[in-house]
Amino acid sequence: METSVLTQPVCKFAPWDNPAQKPLVRFENVTKKFGDFTAIENLTLNIYEREFFALLGPSGCGKTTMMRMLAGFEYPTTGNIALANTNLQKAPPHKRPVNMMFQSYALFPHMSVEQNIAFGLKQEKTSKAEIKQRVEEMLSLVQLEPFAKRKPHQLSGGQKQRVALARSLAKKPKLLLLDEPLGALDKKLREQTQFELMNIQEQLGLTFVIVTHDQEEAMTVASRIAVMDHGKIVQVATPAEIYEYPNSRYSADFIGDVNIIEGKIDVTTGETASLNWAEGETPLKVSTKQRPNHGTTCWLAVRPEKLRISKEKPENADNCIKGEVWDIGYTGNISTYHVKASNGSILKAQVSNREHLADRPITWEDTVYIHWEKGAGVFLEN
Amino acid sequence: MTVADITSPTDETSKASGTKADWGRTLLIAIPYIWLLIFFLAPFVIVFKISLSDVVIARPPYFPTFDLSEGWQGFLAMLQAFDLENYVWLTEDTLYLNSYLSSLKIASISTLLTLCIGYPIAYSMAKAPQEWRATLLMLVILPFWTSFLIRVYAWIGILKKEGFLNYFLLWTGIIDEPLTILNTDTAIYIGIVYSYLPFMVLPLYAVLEKLDTSLLEAATDLGCSPLKSFWVITLPLSLPGIWAGCFLVFIPALGEFVIPDILGGSSTIMIGKTLWVEFFSNRDWPVASAVAILLLFLLILPIVLFQKQQEKQMEVSR
Ligand SMILES: Nc1ncnc2c1ncn2[C@@H]1O[C@H](COP(=O)(O)OP(=O)(O)OP(=O)(O)O)[C@@H](O)[C@H]1O
Ligand SMILES: [Mg+2]
Repeated sequence: METSVLTQPVCKFAPWDNPAQKPLVRFENVTKKFGDFTAIENLTLNIYEREFFALLGPSGCGKTTMMRMLAGFEYPTTGNIALANTNLQKAPPHKRPVNMMFQSYALFPHMSVEQNIAFGLKQEKTSKAEIKQRVEEMLSLVQLEPFAKRKPHQLSGGQKQRVALARSLAKKPKLLLLDEPLGALDKKLREQTQFELMNIQEQLGLTFVIVTHDQEEAMTVASRIAVMDHGKIVQVATPAEIYEYPNSRYSADFIGDVNIIEGKIDVTTGETASLNWAEGETPLKVSTKQRPNHGTTCWLAVRPEKLRISKEKPENADNCIKGEVWDIGYTGNISTYHVKASNGSILKAQVSNREHLADRPITWEDTVYIHWEKGAGVFLEN
Repeated sequence: MTVADITSPTDETSKASGTKADWGRTLLIAIPYIWLLIFFLAPFVIVFKISLSDVVIARPPYFPTFDLSEGWQGFLAMLQAFDLENYVWLTEDTLYLNSYLSSLKIASISTLLTLCIGYPIAYSMAKAPQEWRATLLMLVILPFWTSFLIRVYAWIGILKKEGFLNYFLLWTGIIDEPLTILNTDTAIYIGIVYSYLPFMVLPLYAVLEKLDTSLLEAATDLGCSPLKSFWVITLPLSLPGIWAGCFLVFIPALGEFVIPDILGGSSTIMIGKTLWVEFFSNRDWPVASAVAILLLFLLILPIVLFQKQQEKQMEVSR
C-alpha cells in the first residue's frame, strides 16, 4: 500500500463546529412512514460539503430509507430535505446531483461491466474519448480490468459489488450515497478500497454518505458517524468522540467493545460522581460535568483496553474491582480476560500480548484486581 | 439383482442403484420423445407419403396405397410409384406462392399489431397494484372460456354493415355512411389480433412483472429520464417476452384458417384456406399434403429461431 494514502490530513476539518458553514444536505424534522410503520422519525441532521459521513445502525433501522430519500426514490411524509440550499422536495431522481450505490447492486444484466460503468456518463453527453478514459480509470480503481467485457451474471458477488461501486463513482457526483459498498469484499481488498475511497473523496472534494455494518470501517473512513436506532439518530459525532464519549449505552455498545456497569449515584463531588454498583463494594468514581441526584440509576461505561489487570491489589487506584478470571480470549495480538466480579457480572479487560503465552502470569481461576482511573470511564444517564 | 437389493441400498449397491437412477432418468426423458414419435412423427410420415402420391378418384383418393398383405414387394412397388410431382405443381401454379406470401404478410402485420396492443396492456398489468394483478390476469384469460369459433362468429355481428360498430360510429357522428369492414383484410387483422392477444400478453406480463424495479431506479439515479430508461432498460430486458409472444402469435396466425374463412373476403387467400379447399373441395389429398409439408417447413424456420433465442436468453439470465 502506498504511504501517501495512509497519511491523514493533519489540519482540522470540522465544518459542523462552525455555525457560519452552510450544510450541503439538511434533514429538517423528516419523518417517513410506510403505512402505519414509521421508518424515520423526526430526524434532523446536517451533512457538510467534503464530509465522509457514515450511517451506522442495526438492520432495519432506516439507513437505506434515508439514502433513498436523498436520491429521490422516496419522499418524506413530513419534514424537508434540502441539498445545497435547494429544496429537494419535488426534484425527480434523474435531476439530482446525487448518485447512489444500491445495496442490491442493481447492475443492468444486459450490459457488460464496461457499459454498466459508462451508463451514467452517457446520459450527460460526455465525449466518447472521455467516457472511455473514465471507464478505464474506474475499472483499474476496482481492479476489474480483465472483466470489462463480462456480463454481471458472469461475476462473483464481490466483483458485482465492485462494478456497482465503480458505476456510482464514475460520474463523480457532488453527493455519493454508498449503501454497504464493501460488505462482500475480503478483508484485504476492503481495506484497500476504503483507502481508495478516502483518496478519491479527498482529491475530488466530494461528499460521501456511507452505510456500513462494520464499525471498524466506519471508524476508518468517516469524518463523522451517525449512530441510528429505530429511525432515530442516537448520536452524531466524530469516530473518536463516539468512541471516547458515547452519549448513551446504545452508542457505547454499538461502537467497539465496552463494559457497562449499572449503579446508583452515591455522591457527586466537584466533577466526580460515585456510583454504588454492588453491595459491600467501594463505589466507583467517574468524571462527569453532570450533577445527578443521589439515588438515580446511572451507568458507567469503560472500554476493555482501558482496564488494567493485576494479581496484586494496586495502591491508590481510583477504581478497583476484585474478581476471578473466568475466561481468557486469545486473539494473537491481544488477550481478553473475562473477570467475574463479586456480584456475578463479567468485566472484560484487554491486555496486549507483549510476552510469550507461557510467560504470562495470569491464568484461569486466579483472583485478580481490575483497576482504572476515574477519567477512563464515561458516565451515562441513559 | 433381487428385490432386497432395491429396497435396502447399502454401500456396495450404491453404484448399482446409480445406474438404476440413470435408467429412470432415461425412461423419464424417453416419455416425451415417445409421445412426439407417435403423435407428431407418425402423422408427419403419413402426410409426407400422401404428398408423394398421385390423386385418383377412389377411396382413399390417392395412389399408391400400401397393402400389408403384399409384403416387401408391395412396399417396393409403392416406393417406385412415388414422385415429387405435387411439389413441382406447387411451384407452377402461382396460387400457392401467393397464398404463402399473403399468409406471411397477414401473419407478420397482425403479430406486429398484437405486439403494439399487447405490450401496453402487459406493461400496465405489471405496474398495477399487487392486489389487482390476479384479477387482471383472469380478465385476459377469460375469453378462453368461450369457444374460439363462437367468439369469431360474434365478430360478424360487430363488424357487418348493420353491426354494432357501424351503428355506434354512425350514432357518434364520426361517419356518415356505414363502413365495409366484414369480408376484408381489416376484418382478418381484427380477428387475429383479438384472438391471439392473450398469447402475446401472457409472456410479456410474465417478463415485465419479474423486472427488478431497482434497475429502473438505478437508471434514473444515473441521470436517465424515465422515458429513456424504458427504452434502454425495460424494453431490452423484456425481449424474451417479446420473442415468445411474437412466435406464439405468428406461428398459428400463419396457418390460420377459421378467421380468414369467417371474417375474410373471397379475395383474401391464405395458405390455411387454400389447403382446406384442396383437401375438401377438390379432394386432392396429395397436393393438400404437399402444401401442409411445405407450410411445416416454413414454420420450422421461425421455431428454430425462437429456440436459438431462448437458449441465448437462458444463458444471460443464469
Ligand atoms: N417500501 C417499504 N414498505 C414498507 N416498509 C418498508 C419499505 N421500505 C423499508 N421499509 C421498512 O423500513 C425499515 C427501514 O428499512 P431500511 O431499508 O431503511 O433499513 P436499513 O437500515 O437499510 O437495514 P439494512 O441494514 O438491513 O439494510 C424496515 O423495517 C423496513 O421493513
Ligand atoms: Mg439497507
